[in-house]
Amino acid sequence: MFVLYNIPRDRGIMESIILHADLNSFYASVECLYNPAIRDLPVAVCGSVENRHGIVLAKNQQAKKVGIKTGEAVWQARLNAANLVVVPPHYDRYLRFGNLAREIYCSYSQRVQPFGMDEAWIDISFPGRTIEQGYEIAQQIRKRIKFELGITVSIGVSFNKVFSKLGSDMKKPDAVTVISRENYKDLVWPLDVGELLYVGRATKKKLSNWNINTIGDLANADAVFIHDKLGKCGTILKDYATGNDYSPVENTEHETIIKSIGNSTTPPKDLCSLEDIRITSFVLAESVARRLREHGLKGKTVQIYMRDCDLEGFERQGQLSDYTNISTEIAHRAIKLVKANWYFQKPVRSFGIRVTDLASSKGPIQISIFKEENKRFKAMDLEYSIDSIRKRYGPYAIQRAALLNTRSCGDLSDSTEALMREVSFNTGEAR
Amino acid sequence: MTEDKRIKEYVNVTVKFKKDGQMIPVNIEWENGKVYTVDRVLDIRNAASLKAGGCGIRYLCKIMGMQTYIFFEEDKWFVERKMPCAEDS
Repeated sequence: MFVLYNIPRDRGIMESIILHADLNSFYASVECLYNPAIRDLPVAVCGSVENRHGIVLAKNQQAKKVGIKTGEAVWQARLNAANLVVVPPHYDRYLRFGNLAREIYCSYSQRVQPFGMDEAWIDISFPGRTIEQGYEIAQQIRKRIKFELGITVSIGVSFNKVFSKLGSDMKKPDAVTVISRENYKDLVWPLDVGELLYVGRATKKKLSNWNINTIGDLANADAVFIHDKLGKCGTILKDYATGNDYSPVENTEHETIIKSIGNSTTPPKDLCSLEDIRITSFVLAESVARRLREHGLKGKTVQIYMRDCDLEGFERQGQLSDYTNISTEIAHRAIKLVKANWYFQKPVRSFGIRVTDLASSKGPIQISIFKEENKRFKAMDLEYSIDSIRKRYGPYAIQRAALLNTRSCGDLSDSTEALMREVSFNTGEAR
Repeated sequence: MTEDKRIKEYVNVTVKFKKDGQMIPVNIEWENGKVYTVDRVLDIRNAASLKAGGCGIRYLCKIMGMQTYIFFEEDKWFVERKMPCAEDS
Protein backbone atom coordinates (compact mmCIF):
# COMPACT_ATOMS: atom_id res chain seq x y z
CA MET A 1 0.00 0.00 0.00
CA PHE A 2 1.20 3.50 -0.80
CA VAL A 3 0.50 6.40 1.48
CA LEU A 4 0.33 9.91 0.14
CA TYR A 5 1.36 12.39 2.79
CA ASN A 6 0.37 16.03 2.82
CA ILE A 7 3.42 18.08 1.99
CA PRO A 8 3.81 21.72 3.04
CA ARG A 9 2.73 24.02 0.23
CA ASP A 10 6.13 25.52 -0.45
CA ARG A 11 7.61 22.04 -0.85
CA GLY A 12 4.97 20.13 -2.70
CA ILE A 13 1.92 19.91 -4.87
CA MET A 14 -1.14 19.29 -2.76
CA GLU A 15 -2.79 21.95 -0.64
CA SER A 16 -4.34 20.54 2.53
CA ILE A 17 -8.06 21.05 3.03
CA ILE A 18 -9.01 20.36 6.59
CA LEU A 19 -12.44 20.68 8.15
CA HIS A 20 -13.08 21.09 11.84
CA ALA A 21 -16.62 20.10 12.82
CA ASP A 22 -17.98 21.22 16.18
CA LEU A 23 -21.43 20.01 17.23
CA ASN A 24 -23.18 23.07 18.67
CA SER A 25 -24.18 23.00 22.35
CA PHE A 26 -23.84 19.25 22.00
CA TYR A 27 -25.31 17.88 25.25
CA ALA A 28 -28.10 20.46 25.33
CA SER A 29 -28.97 19.93 21.64
CA VAL A 30 -29.32 16.19 22.15
CA GLU A 31 -31.53 16.76 25.20
CA CYS A 32 -33.70 19.22 23.26
CA LEU A 33 -34.02 16.75 20.39
CA TYR A 34 -35.38 14.10 22.75
CA ASN A 35 -37.72 16.53 24.49
CA PRO A 36 -39.24 18.87 21.88
CA ALA A 37 -41.36 20.59 24.56
CA ILE A 38 -38.28 22.30 26.03
CA ARG A 39 -36.71 23.24 22.69
CA ASP A 40 -37.70 26.91 22.82
CA LEU A 41 -36.83 27.39 26.50
CA PRO A 42 -33.42 28.05 28.06
CA VAL A 43 -32.04 24.59 28.82
CA ALA A 44 -28.98 23.66 30.88
CA VAL A 45 -27.56 20.17 31.25
CA CYS A 46 -26.32 19.97 34.83
CA GLY A 47 -24.69 17.40 37.07
CA SER A 48 -26.30 16.20 40.27
CA VAL A 49 -26.60 18.93 42.92
CA GLU A 50 -26.71 16.30 45.69
CA ASN A 51 -23.36 14.88 44.62
CA ARG A 52 -21.90 18.40 44.32
CA HIS A 53 -21.65 18.10 40.56
CA GLY A 54 -24.35 20.74 40.25
CA ILE A 55 -22.72 22.87 37.60
CA VAL A 56 -23.81 23.74 34.09
CA LEU A 57 -22.17 21.24 31.73
CA ALA A 58 -23.80 22.62 28.58
CA LYS A 59 -26.54 25.01 27.59
CA ASN A 60 -28.62 25.70 24.50
CA GLN A 61 -28.69 28.92 22.46
CA GLN A 62 -31.61 30.37 24.44
CA ALA A 63 -29.74 29.85 27.71
CA LYS A 64 -26.65 31.41 26.15
CA LYS A 65 -28.68 34.49 25.22
CA VAL A 66 -29.74 35.09 28.83
CA GLY A 67 -26.14 34.89 30.00
CA ILE A 68 -25.88 31.38 31.40
CA LYS A 69 -22.30 30.18 31.36
CA THR A 70 -20.82 26.70 31.28
CA GLY A 71 -19.22 25.86 34.62
CA GLU A 72 -21.38 28.06 36.82
CA ALA A 73 -23.42 26.56 39.65
CA VAL A 74 -27.06 25.67 39.06
CA TRP A 75 -28.25 28.27 41.59
CA GLN A 76 -26.26 31.00 39.82
CA ALA A 77 -27.74 29.96 36.48
CA ARG A 78 -31.26 30.13 37.90
CA LEU A 79 -30.65 33.74 38.92
CA ASN A 80 -30.23 34.62 35.23
CA ALA A 81 -33.27 32.71 34.03
CA ALA A 82 -36.11 31.81 36.33
CA ASN A 83 -37.62 29.58 33.63
CA LEU A 84 -34.37 27.68 33.13
CA VAL A 85 -34.98 23.99 32.41
CA VAL A 86 -32.37 21.88 34.17
CA VAL A 87 -31.89 18.36 32.81
CA PRO A 88 -29.48 15.61 33.91
CA PRO A 89 -26.86 14.37 31.44
CA HIS A 90 -27.34 11.17 29.41
CA TYR A 91 -23.82 10.16 28.43
CA ASP A 92 -24.96 7.06 26.56
CA ARG A 93 -26.94 9.29 24.17
CA TYR A 94 -24.03 11.67 23.70
CA LEU A 95 -21.71 8.78 22.90
CA ARG A 96 -24.19 7.46 20.34
CA PHE A 97 -24.62 10.84 18.67
CA GLY A 98 -20.85 11.43 18.69
CA ASN A 99 -20.39 8.09 16.91
CA LEU A 100 -23.20 8.78 14.42
CA ALA A 101 -21.64 12.14 13.55
CA ARG A 102 -18.30 10.41 13.12
CA GLU A 103 -19.86 7.88 10.72
CA ILE A 104 -21.05 10.79 8.59
CA TYR A 105 -17.57 12.37 8.62
CA CYS A 106 -16.03 9.01 7.68
CA SER A 107 -18.20 8.84 4.57
CA TYR A 108 -16.18 11.81 3.24
CA SER A 109 -12.69 10.84 4.38
CA GLN A 110 -10.84 8.08 6.17
CA ARG A 111 -8.73 10.66 7.93
CA VAL A 112 -11.00 11.71 10.78
CA GLN A 113 -9.52 12.65 14.13
CA PRO A 114 -11.97 13.08 17.00
CA PHE A 115 -11.23 15.81 19.55
CA GLY A 116 -13.51 14.99 22.45
CA MET A 117 -17.00 13.67 21.77
CA ASP A 118 -18.37 16.62 19.86
CA GLU A 119 -15.45 17.81 17.73
CA ALA A 120 -13.43 16.27 14.93
CA TRP A 121 -10.97 17.18 12.23
CA ILE A 122 -11.63 15.77 8.76
CA ASP A 123 -8.87 15.83 6.18
CA ILE A 124 -10.50 16.01 2.74
CA SER A 125 -7.30 16.91 0.85
CA PHE A 126 -7.19 15.49 -2.64
CA PRO A 127 -4.99 16.40 -5.59
CA GLY A 128 -6.64 19.21 -7.51
CA ARG A 129 -9.34 19.84 -4.89
CA THR A 130 -9.82 23.51 -4.08
CA ILE A 131 -10.89 25.17 -0.85
CA GLU A 132 -14.15 26.15 -2.58
CA GLN A 133 -14.87 22.45 -3.10
CA GLY A 134 -13.97 21.95 0.55
CA TYR A 135 -16.63 24.51 1.40
CA GLU A 136 -19.21 22.56 -0.63
CA ILE A 137 -18.33 19.33 1.18
CA ALA A 138 -18.60 21.12 4.53
CA GLN A 139 -22.07 22.36 3.55
CA GLN A 140 -23.12 18.79 2.68
CA ILE A 141 -21.89 17.55 6.05
CA ARG A 142 -23.68 20.40 7.84
CA LYS A 143 -26.98 19.58 6.09
CA ARG A 144 -26.66 15.85 6.73
CA ILE A 145 -25.96 16.31 10.45
CA LYS A 146 -29.04 18.51 10.74
CA PHE A 147 -31.29 16.17 8.78
CA GLU A 148 -30.04 12.82 10.03
CA LEU A 149 -29.23 13.65 13.65
CA GLY A 150 -31.51 16.62 14.33
CA ILE A 151 -28.70 18.72 15.80
CA THR A 152 -26.50 21.41 14.29
CA VAL A 153 -22.80 21.66 13.53
CA SER A 154 -20.41 24.51 12.85
CA ILE A 155 -17.60 23.74 10.44
CA GLY A 156 -14.35 25.55 9.79
CA VAL A 157 -12.63 24.97 6.45
CA SER A 158 -8.95 25.80 6.19
CA PHE A 159 -5.52 24.67 5.10
CA ASN A 160 -4.47 23.53 8.57
CA LYS A 161 -5.96 22.12 11.75
CA VAL A 162 -5.49 25.19 13.95
CA PHE A 163 -7.20 27.60 11.57
CA SER A 164 -10.04 25.19 10.80
CA LYS A 165 -10.72 24.98 14.53
CA LEU A 166 -10.77 28.76 14.78
CA GLY A 167 -13.14 28.79 11.80
CA SER A 168 -15.64 26.47 13.46
CA ASP A 169 -15.86 28.93 16.39
CA MET A 170 -16.48 31.98 14.21
CA LYS A 171 -20.06 31.40 13.06
CA LYS A 172 -22.45 29.44 15.27
CA PRO A 173 -24.75 27.61 15.09
CA ASP A 174 -25.25 25.65 11.88
CA ALA A 175 -22.70 27.48 9.72
CA VAL A 176 -19.56 27.02 7.63
CA THR A 177 -16.58 29.41 7.73
CA VAL A 178 -13.68 29.36 5.29
CA ILE A 179 -10.26 30.58 6.37
CA SER A 180 -8.07 30.56 3.29
CA ARG A 181 -4.52 31.69 2.61
CA GLU A 182 -6.05 34.83 1.16
CA ASN A 183 -8.25 35.86 4.08
CA TYR A 184 -6.60 34.47 7.23
CA LYS A 185 -4.87 37.73 8.07
CA ASP A 186 -8.21 39.55 8.02
CA LEU A 187 -10.16 36.86 9.88
CA VAL A 188 -7.68 35.30 12.30
CA TRP A 189 -5.14 37.94 13.18
CA PRO A 190 -7.55 40.40 14.84
CA LEU A 191 -8.77 37.65 17.23
CA ASP A 192 -7.76 37.66 20.89
CA VAL A 193 -4.63 35.55 21.37
CA GLY A 194 -6.50 33.47 23.96
CA GLU A 195 -8.62 32.04 21.11
CA LEU A 196 -5.60 30.19 19.74
CA LEU A 197 -5.34 26.49 20.52
CA TYR A 198 -3.16 25.86 23.59
CA VAL A 199 -3.04 29.48 24.72
CA GLY A 200 -4.52 29.12 28.18
CA ARG A 201 -4.99 31.65 30.94
CA ALA A 202 -1.37 31.55 32.13
CA THR A 203 0.17 31.89 28.63
CA LYS A 204 -2.28 34.64 27.71
CA LYS A 205 -1.26 36.59 30.83
CA LYS A 206 2.41 36.26 29.93
CA LEU A 207 1.80 37.31 26.32
CA SER A 208 -0.29 40.23 27.49
CA ASN A 209 2.62 41.44 29.64
CA TRP A 210 4.70 41.65 26.45
CA ASN A 211 1.88 43.54 24.68
CA ILE A 212 0.93 40.53 22.57
CA ASN A 213 -2.84 40.68 22.68
CA THR A 214 -4.02 39.35 19.33
CA ILE A 215 -3.10 36.35 17.20
CA GLY A 216 -1.66 38.84 14.69
CA ASP A 217 0.59 40.30 17.42
CA LEU A 218 1.90 36.81 18.13
CA ALA A 219 2.41 36.05 14.43
CA ASN A 220 4.41 39.25 13.98
CA ALA A 221 6.39 38.97 17.23
CA ASP A 222 10.12 38.36 17.07
CA ALA A 223 10.73 34.59 16.86
CA VAL A 224 13.87 34.70 19.01
CA PHE A 225 12.09 36.71 21.69
CA ILE A 226 9.15 34.26 21.80
CA HIS A 227 11.51 31.28 21.95
CA ASP A 228 13.53 32.90 24.74
CA LYS A 229 10.43 33.62 26.78
CA LEU A 230 8.25 30.57 26.15
CA GLY A 231 10.73 28.00 24.85
CA LYS A 232 9.78 25.37 22.27
CA CYS A 233 6.08 25.81 23.00
CA GLY A 234 6.37 29.50 22.15
CA THR A 235 7.79 28.67 18.73
CA ILE A 236 4.96 26.21 18.11
CA LEU A 237 2.36 28.82 19.12
CA LYS A 238 3.95 31.38 16.80
CA ASP A 239 3.81 28.82 13.98
CA TYR A 240 0.13 28.25 14.73
CA ALA A 241 -0.50 32.01 14.56
CA THR A 242 1.28 32.35 11.22
CA GLY A 243 -0.57 29.39 9.69
CA ASN A 244 2.49 27.14 9.64
CA ASP A 245 0.83 24.15 11.28
CA TYR A 246 1.48 20.94 9.37
CA SER A 247 0.28 18.45 11.99
CA PRO A 248 -1.56 15.61 10.24
CA VAL A 249 -5.11 14.47 10.87
CA GLU A 250 -4.93 10.99 12.39
CA ASN A 251 -6.18 8.20 10.16
CA THR A 252 -9.20 6.32 11.56
CA GLU A 253 -7.80 3.09 10.19
CA HIS A 254 -5.31 3.19 13.00
CA GLU A 255 -6.80 2.81 16.45
CA THR A 256 -5.89 5.63 18.78
CA ILE A 257 -2.98 4.58 20.91
CA ILE A 258 -3.67 5.13 24.58
CA LYS A 259 -0.98 7.28 26.14
CA SER A 260 -2.42 7.62 29.63
CA ILE A 261 -5.30 6.42 31.77
CA GLY A 262 -6.74 8.48 34.58
CA ASN A 263 -9.75 9.26 36.72
CA SER A 264 -10.69 12.34 38.68
CA THR A 265 -13.50 13.13 41.07
CA THR A 266 -15.24 16.03 42.76
CA PRO A 267 -16.28 14.26 45.97
CA PRO A 268 -19.50 15.14 47.83
CA LYS A 269 -17.40 16.93 50.47
CA ASP A 270 -14.13 18.87 50.14
CA LEU A 271 -11.08 16.84 51.12
CA CYS A 272 -9.57 18.45 54.21
CA SER A 273 -7.06 15.94 55.54
CA LEU A 274 -4.47 13.46 54.41
CA GLU A 275 -6.84 10.68 55.46
CA ASP A 276 -9.49 12.01 53.02
CA ILE A 277 -6.85 12.11 50.29
CA ARG A 278 -5.70 8.60 51.17
CA ILE A 279 -9.23 7.16 50.86
CA THR A 280 -9.91 9.02 47.61
CA SER A 281 -6.53 7.93 46.24
CA PHE A 282 -7.43 4.29 46.75
CA VAL A 283 -10.82 4.74 45.07
CA LEU A 284 -9.23 6.43 42.04
CA ALA A 285 -6.20 4.13 41.91
CA GLU A 286 -8.47 1.05 41.89
CA SER A 287 -10.41 2.46 38.95
CA VAL A 288 -7.25 3.45 37.07
CA ALA A 289 -5.55 0.10 37.74
CA ARG A 290 -8.63 -1.83 36.63
CA ARG A 291 -8.75 0.12 33.37
CA LEU A 292 -5.03 -0.45 32.83
CA ARG A 293 -5.56 -4.20 33.24
CA GLU A 294 -8.58 -4.12 30.90
CA HIS A 295 -6.41 -2.57 28.20
CA GLY A 296 -3.53 -4.95 28.93
CA LEU A 297 -1.27 -2.10 30.06
CA LYS A 298 1.06 -1.11 32.86
CA GLY A 299 2.44 2.33 33.64
CA LYS A 300 5.53 3.78 35.20
CA THR A 301 4.61 7.41 35.90
CA VAL A 302 1.88 8.56 38.27
CA GLN A 303 0.42 12.04 37.92
CA ILE A 304 -1.85 13.75 40.40
CA TYR A 305 -4.18 16.63 39.72
CA MET A 306 -5.58 18.77 42.54
CA ARG A 307 -7.92 21.74 42.57
CA ASP A 308 -8.77 23.70 45.69
CA CYS A 309 -12.06 25.29 46.71
CA ASP A 310 -11.09 28.48 44.82
CA LEU A 311 -10.71 26.34 41.67
CA GLU A 312 -6.94 26.92 41.54
CA GLY A 313 -5.22 23.71 40.52
CA PHE A 314 -1.90 22.08 39.76
CA GLU A 315 -0.43 18.82 38.49
CA ARG A 316 2.58 16.88 39.72
CA GLN A 317 4.10 13.63 38.60
CA GLY A 318 6.51 11.03 39.89
CA GLN A 319 8.01 7.81 38.63
CA LEU A 320 7.62 4.31 39.98
CA SER A 321 10.56 1.92 40.15
CA ASP A 322 8.68 -0.66 38.02
CA TYR A 323 5.85 -0.74 35.53
CA THR A 324 2.65 -1.50 37.38
CA ASN A 325 -1.10 -1.92 37.20
CA ILE A 326 -1.42 -2.66 40.91
CA SER A 327 -3.76 -0.19 42.60
CA THR A 328 -1.86 -0.14 45.91
CA GLU A 329 1.38 0.90 44.24
CA ILE A 330 -0.37 3.63 42.24
CA ALA A 331 -2.23 4.90 45.30
CA HIS A 332 0.91 4.98 47.47
CA ARG A 333 2.84 6.93 44.82
CA ALA A 334 -0.04 9.39 44.49
CA ILE A 335 -0.22 9.88 48.27
CA LYS A 336 3.54 10.45 48.36
CA LEU A 337 3.17 13.14 45.68
CA VAL A 338 0.40 14.81 47.67
CA LYS A 339 2.51 14.78 50.84
CA ALA A 340 5.39 16.43 49.01
CA ASN A 341 3.33 19.11 47.29
CA TRP A 342 0.21 19.93 49.27
CA TYR A 343 0.06 21.56 52.66
CA PHE A 344 -3.72 21.72 53.14
CA GLN A 345 -3.87 25.51 53.14
CA LYS A 346 -7.23 25.16 51.42
CA PRO A 347 -9.69 22.26 51.15
CA VAL A 348 -9.42 20.18 47.99
CA ARG A 349 -12.43 20.40 45.66
CA SER A 350 -11.36 17.87 43.05
CA PHE A 351 -8.63 15.28 42.84
CA GLY A 352 -7.40 13.06 40.06
CA ILE A 353 -4.83 10.34 39.38
CA ARG A 354 -3.41 9.46 36.00
CA VAL A 355 -0.89 6.82 34.97
CA THR A 356 1.31 7.53 31.95
CA ASP A 357 4.46 6.08 30.37
CA LEU A 358 2.51 2.96 29.43
CA ALA A 359 3.72 -0.40 28.19
CA SER A 360 2.04 -3.71 27.44
CA SER A 361 1.42 -5.86 30.50
CA LYS A 362 2.19 -8.97 28.44
CA GLY A 363 5.78 -8.05 27.62
CA PRO A 364 8.84 -9.47 29.43
CA ILE A 365 9.83 -7.85 32.69
CA GLN A 366 13.17 -7.44 34.42
CA ILE A 367 12.82 -8.77 37.94
CA SER A 368 15.07 -7.50 40.70
CA ILE A 369 17.15 -9.60 43.06
CA PHE A 370 16.84 -6.87 45.68
CA LYS A 371 13.05 -6.90 45.85
CA GLU A 372 10.48 -9.40 46.95
CA GLU A 373 9.05 -9.87 43.47
CA ASN A 374 6.85 -12.75 44.66
CA LYS A 375 4.85 -10.29 46.73
CA ARG A 376 4.24 -8.15 43.66
CA PHE A 377 3.11 -11.15 41.61
CA LYS A 378 0.75 -12.17 44.42
CA ALA A 379 -0.64 -8.61 44.59
CA MET A 380 -1.18 -8.68 40.83
CA ASP A 381 -3.00 -12.04 41.01
CA LEU A 382 -5.11 -10.67 43.84
CA GLU A 383 -6.18 -7.68 41.75
CA TYR A 384 -7.16 -9.90 38.82
CA SER A 385 -9.22 -12.04 41.25
CA ILE A 386 -10.92 -8.90 42.58
CA ASP A 387 -11.72 -7.87 39.00
CA SER A 388 -13.30 -11.25 38.43
CA ILE A 389 -15.41 -11.08 41.63
CA ARG A 390 -16.61 -7.57 40.77
CA LYS A 391 -17.47 -8.59 37.25
CA ARG A 392 -19.62 -11.44 38.52
CA TYR A 393 -21.20 -9.90 41.63
CA GLY A 394 -21.02 -6.12 41.14
CA PRO A 395 -18.61 -3.31 42.07
CA TYR A 396 -19.38 -3.42 45.80
CA ALA A 397 -19.01 -7.19 46.21
CA ILE A 398 -15.48 -6.73 47.46
CA GLN A 399 -13.89 -3.55 48.78
CA ARG A 400 -11.03 -2.27 50.86
CA ALA A 401 -12.09 -1.86 54.48
CA ALA A 402 -10.99 1.77 54.32
CA LEU A 403 -13.57 2.46 51.63
CA LEU A 404 -16.62 0.99 53.33
CA ASN A 405 -18.03 4.41 54.22
CA THR A 406 -17.31 6.07 50.89
CA ARG A 407 -19.84 4.68 48.47
CA SER A 408 -20.54 8.10 47.03
CA CYS A 409 -16.91 8.29 45.90
CA GLY A 410 -16.85 4.63 44.97
CA ASP A 411 -19.58 5.18 42.38
CA LEU A 412 -17.07 6.64 39.98
CA SER A 413 -15.19 3.40 39.61
CA ASP A 414 -17.76 2.11 37.17
CA SER A 415 -19.26 5.34 35.96
CA THR A 416 -19.69 6.10 32.32
CA GLU A 417 -17.61 9.23 32.76
CA ALA A 418 -14.60 7.00 33.25
CA LEU A 419 -14.98 5.89 29.68
CA MET A 420 -15.11 9.42 28.32
CA ARG A 421 -11.64 9.96 27.05
CA GLU A 422 -10.65 13.32 25.70
CA VAL A 423 -8.17 13.10 22.93
CA SER A 424 -5.23 15.39 22.75
CA PHE A 425 -4.60 17.49 19.63
CA ASN A 426 -1.23 16.17 18.54
CA THR A 427 -0.76 12.78 20.06
CA GLY A 428 -4.14 11.11 20.20
CA GLU A 429 -3.60 10.85 23.92
CA ALA A 430 -6.48 9.47 25.95
CA ARG A 431 -6.86 11.30 29.22
CA MET B 1 -53.82 27.20 13.03
CA THR B 2 -53.17 24.58 15.68
CA GLU B 3 -49.62 23.28 16.05
CA ASP B 4 -49.03 19.70 14.90
CA LYS B 5 -47.73 18.23 18.16
CA ARG B 6 -46.50 14.67 18.23
CA ILE B 7 -45.22 12.28 20.84
CA LYS B 8 -42.96 9.29 20.53
CA GLU B 9 -44.90 6.04 20.60
CA TYR B 10 -43.03 2.76 20.61
CA VAL B 11 -44.87 0.07 18.65
CA ASN B 12 -44.58 -3.62 17.82
CA VAL B 13 -43.54 -4.11 14.21
CA THR B 14 -43.41 -7.28 12.13
CA VAL B 15 -40.37 -7.09 9.90
CA LYS B 16 -39.29 -8.91 6.77
CA PHE B 17 -35.54 -9.36 6.37
CA LYS B 18 -34.43 -9.27 2.78
CA LYS B 19 -31.58 -11.42 1.47
CA ASP B 20 -29.21 -8.45 1.67
CA GLY B 21 -30.09 -7.90 5.34
CA GLN B 22 -32.33 -4.91 4.76
CA MET B 23 -35.35 -4.68 7.07
CA ILE B 24 -38.79 -3.93 5.64
CA PRO B 25 -41.70 -3.33 8.03
CA VAL B 26 -44.69 -5.53 7.15
CA ASN B 27 -47.26 -4.48 9.73
CA ILE B 28 -47.56 -2.34 12.84
CA GLU B 29 -49.42 -3.27 15.97
CA TRP B 30 -51.06 -0.32 17.72
CA GLU B 31 -51.44 -0.19 21.52
CA ASN B 32 -55.09 -1.36 21.37
CA GLY B 33 -53.97 -4.49 19.55
CA LYS B 34 -55.13 -3.37 16.11
CA VAL B 35 -52.74 -4.39 13.36
CA TYR B 36 -52.14 -2.11 10.36
CA THR B 37 -50.57 -3.54 7.24
CA VAL B 38 -47.82 -1.55 5.53
CA ASP B 39 -48.99 -1.34 1.92
CA ARG B 40 -45.74 0.02 0.54
CA VAL B 41 -42.42 1.40 1.73
CA LEU B 42 -41.78 4.55 -0.29
CA ASP B 43 -38.44 5.72 1.12
CA ILE B 44 -35.75 4.61 3.57
CA ARG B 45 -33.09 6.96 4.93
CA ASN B 46 -31.37 8.06 8.11
CA ALA B 47 -33.26 10.95 9.64
CA ALA B 48 -34.12 12.68 12.88
CA SER B 49 -37.62 12.93 14.22
CA LEU B 50 -37.86 16.57 15.28
CA LYS B 51 -41.54 16.21 16.13
CA ALA B 52 -41.32 13.22 18.47
CA GLY B 53 -37.64 13.33 19.41
CA GLY B 54 -35.05 10.79 18.33
CA CYS B 55 -33.13 9.67 15.29
CA GLY B 56 -32.59 6.48 13.35
CA ILE B 57 -33.62 4.84 10.09
CA ARG B 58 -36.77 6.54 8.81
CA TYR B 59 -39.23 4.51 6.72
CA LEU B 60 -41.83 6.45 4.75
CA CYS B 61 -44.73 4.01 4.52
CA LYS B 62 -48.13 3.94 2.93
CA ILE B 63 -50.68 2.56 5.36
CA MET B 64 -54.38 2.53 4.44
CA GLY B 65 -53.71 5.09 1.72
CA MET B 66 -51.96 7.51 4.13
CA GLN B 67 -48.25 8.30 4.19
CA THR B 68 -46.60 7.99 7.58
CA TYR B 69 -43.12 7.71 9.04
CA ILE B 70 -41.91 4.77 11.11
CA PHE B 71 -38.49 5.08 12.80
CA PHE B 72 -36.10 2.32 13.77
CA GLU B 73 -33.93 3.77 16.53
CA GLU B 74 -31.22 1.56 17.99
CA ASP B 75 -33.28 -1.63 18.53
CA LYS B 76 -36.79 -0.22 18.82
CA TRP B 77 -39.48 1.05 16.47
CA PHE B 78 -41.48 4.21 17.06
CA VAL B 79 -44.06 6.34 15.32
CA GLU B 80 -44.81 10.05 15.68
CA ARG B 81 -48.17 9.89 17.36
CA LYS B 82 -50.48 12.88 17.12
CA MET B 83 -51.20 14.58 20.44
CA PRO B 84 -54.93 14.88 21.04
CA CYS B 85 -56.02 18.54 20.74
CA ALA B 86 -57.74 20.23 23.71
CA GLU B 87 -61.00 20.56 21.68
CA ASP B 88 -61.02 16.83 20.97
CA SER B 89 -61.20 15.85 24.62
